[in-house]
Amino acid sequence: MNAAARVQTWIDERLNLEEALSPLREKTVPVHRHSAWYFLGGLTLFLFGVQLLTGVLLLLYYHPSAGEAYESVQNITNRVQFGWLIRSLHSWSANLMVFCAFAHMFSVALARAYRKPRELTWISGVVLLFLVLGFGFSGYLLPWNMRAYFATKVGTEVAGQVPVIGHAIMVFMRGGEDVSGATLTRFFGLHIAILPALTIGILISHLMLVQKFGTSVPESVEQEWEEHPDRRKEMRFFPNFFLRELMGWYAALAVLIALAVFLPWELGTKADPFSPAPPGIKPEWYFLAQFQTLKLIPAHILHLDGEVLGILGFGLGGALWMALPFIEVLAGARRVRWVRAGIIFAMIFLASMSVVGYVAR
Amino acid sequence: MRILKNFRWWLAGLVMLAPCAMAEQGKNACVDCHSKLEGNLRVVVEESAASVHGHKAMSCTTCHGGNAEAEAKEKAHGNGFRGRISRAQVTELCGSCHADGERMKTFNPSLRTDQLALYHTSVHGKKREQGDERVAVCTDCHGVHDILPINDPRSPVHPVNVASTCKQCHADGDLMKNYRLPSTQFADYSDSVHHEAMAERGDLSAPTCSTCHGSHGAVPPGAASVANVCSTCHVLQAQFFNESIHKEAFPEGCATCHGSHKIKHPDDNFVGLAKGAACAECHSADDDPGRSAQAIHDRLSQFEAQIKDTRGLMDRAASAGMDVADAELEVAQAKDALTKARVRVHTASLPRVEAELNAGRTVAIKAHNTAEEALRERTRRRKELLIPVTAFLAVVISLGAYIRELERKQSD
Repeated sequence: MNAAARVQTWIDERLNLEEALSPLREKTVPVHRHSAWYFLGGLTLFLFGVQLLTGVLLLLYYHPSAGEAYESVQNITNRVQFGWLIRSLHSWSANLMVFCAFAHMFSVALARAYRKPRELTWISGVVLLFLVLGFGFSGYLLPWNMRAYFATKVGTEVAGQVPVIGHAIMVFMRGGEDVSGATLTRFFGLHIAILPALTIGILISHLMLVQKFGTSVPESVEQEWEEHPDRRKEMRFFPNFFLRELMGWYAALAVLIALAVFLPWELGTKADPFSPAPPGIKPEWYFLAQFQTLKLIPAHILHLDGEVLGILGFGLGGALWMALPFIEVLAGARRVRWVRAGIIFAMIFLASMSVVGYVAR
Repeated sequence: MRILKNFRWWLAGLVMLAPCAMAEQGKNACVDCHSKLEGNLRVVVEESAASVHGHKAMSCTTCHGGNAEAEAKEKAHGNGFRGRISRAQVTELCGSCHADGERMKTFNPSLRTDQLALYHTSVHGKKREQGDERVAVCTDCHGVHDILPINDPRSPVHPVNVASTCKQCHADGDLMKNYRLPSTQFADYSDSVHHEAMAERGDLSAPTCSTCHGSHGAVPPGAASVANVCSTCHVLQAQFFNESIHKEAFPEGCATCHGSHKIKHPDDNFVGLAKGAACAECHSADDDPGRSAQAIHDRLSQFEAQIKDTRGLMDRAASAGMDVADAELEVAQAKDALTKARVRVHTASLPRVEAELNAGRTVAIKAHNTAEEALRERTRRRKELLIPVTAFLAVVISLGAYIRELERKQSD
C-alpha cells in the first residue's frame, strides 16, 4: 500500500468519507441536446471561488478608508508583485460571474427547471443572484474613484426613492446623508463579511438542494424519453461530468488571464466629493437596464411620481420572478405558455434596456 | 457719449431723485408727482427702489433738498430745494456723503471714502476743475437713480462691465479727438488675453481698464510706471526684467514688447528671430543677443516637444491599461519648469533659462522612462501570458483526451 492510500485509509477509518461521498459517486447527469446549459452553474461557482481567492489576496493590501482606499489600490496595481493581475482578475471574474449567474438563471427559467419539487432550489438561486448583484454594487465603490463615487451616489439615491422607508434606507446605506468615508466602510464590511457569509450559507443550501433533487430535464426531453426509454442517457457526475466542468474552468481561467493582461481594469482618478459628476455617469452593465428604465419613465404617471413607480415596479418584478414556480401553479397548465412568454419578455426587456443604456449618452 | 453730444446736462440734475421712488417709504410727495410726469422728470419707482440708495432708505431730499411731505409743489420745492443737479455739482454732492467717513461708517464701515480726493487727482477731475464739462463725473460711470453696488453684475462698474463703461467715451473718436487721445483702446483690449480671461473665462481678477489706470484717480500710467502697473500681477516677470539689460534700454518696460491694450498671449515664437518675434525687432542673427534669443526659442520649443512626446507615450501606456500616475506627477513638474523657464525669458539670459530647463528635463526624462517602462511591462505581460494560457489550454486538451479514454474504457 502506497503512502497516499495509507493516508486515505487512515482518514476513512476515522471520518468514514467513503460513506459521505457515496451519494456523489452515484450522482448522474442527464445527457441530451441541452446538456451544455448544465455547465453554467458550475462555472458561476468556479468564478465565485476565484473571487474569494483574489479577494482575500487584495485584502492583504487594501485600506478601507476614504483617505487611503484609492492610494492602496494604486499601490496594489503599481507596486505589489502581481497586484495588477490579482486586481484585474477580481474585477473581470466579478463581471463574468454576474453574467454566468444571469445566464444560468435564465436557462433554468426557460427550461422550467423550477417546477415541483425544485421550488426552493429556484428561490435560493434567485437570492444568490441578488447577493451577487450586492457584491457588484458594494465592491464597485471600494477603489474610491470618481466613477465609483458618483455611481454609488446615484445608486443610493435610487434606493432613497422607495416610498416611506426610502430615506431611511439611503441614510443607512450611506452611513449619513451623503456618500462619504462612512459609506466606504459600510460597503467594505458588506462586501467582505456580510455578503460572503450569507452567500456561502445559501450556496451550500442551493448545492444540497441540487444534490437532493438531482438535475432537472427539460419537458421536451422528458417527454421524448418517456416515449422512447432507449434514448435516455446519463453520465456519472464523478468523474465524467466533473472532468468536463474542469475543462470549462481551465478555459475560463485562460480567458480571465487574457482579459486581465489585454484589458487591465482601469483605476481612474480619485473620488472628489466636491467636484461635479463626470459627464455620462452610468452604473455597471448589470444595473444599466434598471437605470435606463428609470431614465425613460415619465416624471409623472397618473399624478404619481414616475421614478417611484419605476422602483416599485422593479421591486414587484423581482418578487414575481422569485415566485415564478408558484405563479405557474396558480396560472394552471393551460396558461404555462403565458408564463413562458413573460420570461422571454423579461429577458428581452433587460437585454434591450441594457443595450440602450450602454449606447445612450 | 450721447449725453455729452446732445448737451443734455440737466439729466445729471436728477442724480438723487432715486429715493423719490421708494414706494415702501410710504407717503412721498416727490414720488407722487414725479412718477406721473413724463419725459426726463419721470421717476421709475422700481428702478430707484432697487438701487443701493433705495436699499439704504435714503430720501429724495437728501440730494435734491425740499420737503417730501409737502402736498403743494411750492412747499415741496421750497426750503433748501436744489432741484436739478448740474454736472458741475455732481462730484461735490456725491462727495458730501461719500467723502464723509463718519457718515459712510453708518452704512458700511469698510467703504472707502477717498473717491472724491482721488477724483481731484485724476485727469477727469483736473479737466473738470478747468471747466471742461465733457469729462466723466460720478453719474457717467455709476448711473443716476439706478446706482447698484459694484459687486452687482448689472452695475456698469462691475469688473465685467468696466471696459464697456469706459468705452462710452473713450471709443468715441470725435470726443477723444479733442484730447488728442486714440479711441482704439477698447477694440485693442477686446482682442487681448486680459479681455479673454475676463469675458470668456469669467476671471474677475483679470485686469480691466481700472486695474491699470485706477478708477476714481484715473490717469494714463507714465512710461516709467508701466512696469510697476504690470508687476502688480506679473511679479516675477517684472523682477527678471528689472535684472535684465533691457531695463535700461526700454524705458517703456513691458509695453515695448507686449504692447499696452492689445496684449496677446505670448508663445515661444514671441522670442527669437523668426518673423513676428519681439526680439527680431532689434536683433538679428548677426549679433550675439540675437543668436542668444534664437537659442532660447529653440530650447523652449525643444523642451515643449519633449513634454509632448512624453505625454504621447503616457497616453499610449494608459490606453493599454497601464497605470502611469507617477509619470503624471513628473510631467506636471516638467510643465511647471517650462512655465518658469518662459518667465525667465525676461532676464534675456540664455544660461538662466537653461538652468530652469535643465531642472525640467530631469523630471521629463524620468516621466518618459516611466512611460516607456510601462509600455515594456505591457509587452512583457503579454508575452508571459502565453505561458499560463498555453498551460491551461494544454490541460483542457489533456482532460478532453483523458475523458475520451475514460469513457471508452467505461463503455468496454
